[in-house]
Amino acid sequence: MLLQHLAHARTGDKGNIVTISLIAFRNDDFKVLEQHVSSERVAAHFSELIEGPVERYVLPQLGALNFVLHRPKSNSVTRSLALDAHGKCLGSALLSMEI
Amino acid sequence: MKTVRIGAGAGYSGDRIDPAVELAENGDISYLVFECLAERTIAIAQKARLVDPSAGYDPLLEERMSAVLPACARKGIGIISNMGAANPEAAAAKTRDIARRLGLSGLRIAAITGDDVLDGLRRGQKMFETPEGPLPPPDTWLSANAYLGVAPLLEALASKADIILTGRVADPALFLAPLMHEFGWSLDNWELLGQGTVVGHLLECAGQLTGGYFADPGYKDVPDLDRLGFPIAEVSADGSAIFSKVVGSGGLLNRATCTEQLLYEIQDPSAYYTPDVVADFSGVSIREVGPNRVSVSGGTGRMRPATLKVSVGYRDGFIGEGQISYAGPTAFARAELARDILARRLAHHLITELRFDFIGLNSIHGSQLSSNAPIPYEIRLRAAGRANSLATASWIPREMEALYTNGPAGGGGAAGSTREVISITSALIPREAVTHHVQIMES
Repeated sequence: MLLQHLAHARTGDKGNIVTISLIAFRNDDFKVLEQHVSSERVAAHFSELIEGPVERYVLPQLGALNFVLHRPKSNSVTRSLALDAHGKCLGSALLSMEI
Repeated sequence: MKTVRIGAGAGYSGDRIDPAVELAENGDISYLVFECLAERTIAIAQKARLVDPSAGYDPLLEERMSAVLPACARKGIGIISNMGAANPEAAAAKTRDIARRLGLSGLRIAAITGDDVLDGLRRGQKMFETPEGPLPPPDTWLSANAYLGVAPLLEALASKADIILTGRVADPALFLAPLMHEFGWSLDNWELLGQGTVVGHLLECAGQLTGGYFADPGYKDVPDLDRLGFPIAEVSADGSAIFSKVVGSGGLLNRATCTEQLLYEIQDPSAYYTPDVVADFSGVSIREVGPNRVSVSGGTGRMRPATLKVSVGYRDGFIGEGQISYAGPTAFARAELARDILARRLAHHLITELRFDFIGLNSIHGSQLSSNAPIPYEIRLRAAGRANSLATASWIPREMEALYTNGPAGGGGAAGSTREVISITSALIPREAVTHHVQIMES
């Protein structure tokens, strides 16, 4: 199923860093997120757009995972040639992941 | 038991103004805070100040102050904002003039300066690299601003300022300072400062806490976003807070909106660096206590860092951009042909980096994530490229427009622009290298 049915997400940006929170709609589903949405899977999902490994922080109290992604230096918020220079649409792309 | 009610009147420079007026009129608040300074905004303001020495503050300051000052003065609501941008003194003087024009006399307006460390950096001020790497050459620098903490804000509040205008101050400090002032929290009570930073972080993007940047029809529905209400925190002396919005306003405030905003732009949630504290959000608990009412507690913190972050704005070349649309069953084929023509034409110019997008098909996330997208009825071709001069960058919109008469059949709606790029990077400097000043004027 699509991740979109289990969780919601918000994208933030700082320079060439993008953060994506992934939050379970229901507390019971948090374990599913923790088990299936690894930092490696997220890195593979976005491989065309990011560089290097993805960091993942686990926040059981909030039912959330927080991912930190690194974009190429040429694609930082202020330098980017992309239409979505901030990367604000990336959270929606994460929700299109099949689990 | 004493509580303090703080409202968030803006989440960025161009934000809506009516929600702030609604907070001032009907929010029963003691402080109204406007966070209007994104990373790059101050460098752009500095560029404006170079042209006109009396400029360099927020372009909407006059409109915003004129709208909220009458209610704030009548109700004794304190205003705190970084709308001073690159020129807090001029912003304060302008605000004083607006107050006088509105017949509001006796308001005390503070301008906080000292964040501008450009001269010091040019003279070789000792600094440390961040993971972003070394700074670009000094002749490209436009601005260098240290993130000040609560100290100058506390000084202004102790001097009974009604309105405080700053340049670069850490966003949460705009909210943390009035809490420290009201509750007498000390500068080294890291637990309280950490929890107060949670409150500030949740408020600083205004409508993003109350249903903005959230709605997803069918999954996350939000009522009445056209009249989104901005958030209020009712904070207790232990730093715990009840978040709400004006009854009857649009939007949604629940556990989901608060969790999204708590983690917004946060890397390690257990180590959020600010000038005043290293805050720890990992133990925060978020509970719904009523319709559009959420209780937040459990934030904490550790000793503040020894260095301050400096944000450096610099001139970083030029970007040219152009777009044109194609429609009908072969829209994509003609857009691809247009791209090939442009690529050949633009190869004659010194464009250092060039990117093509097919808007409606793959412009946001490229080929990998868009590979299964269906070919739509209409496609808008976009080209964006980087160059070292405005003249070279302008070949991109020029060549795009020339496709009307020289390109594939049926190209429509060509448009384009060229601009100088102001980029931002950062460095760290010792805390002692920065001295703040508080200047007070009266309306």
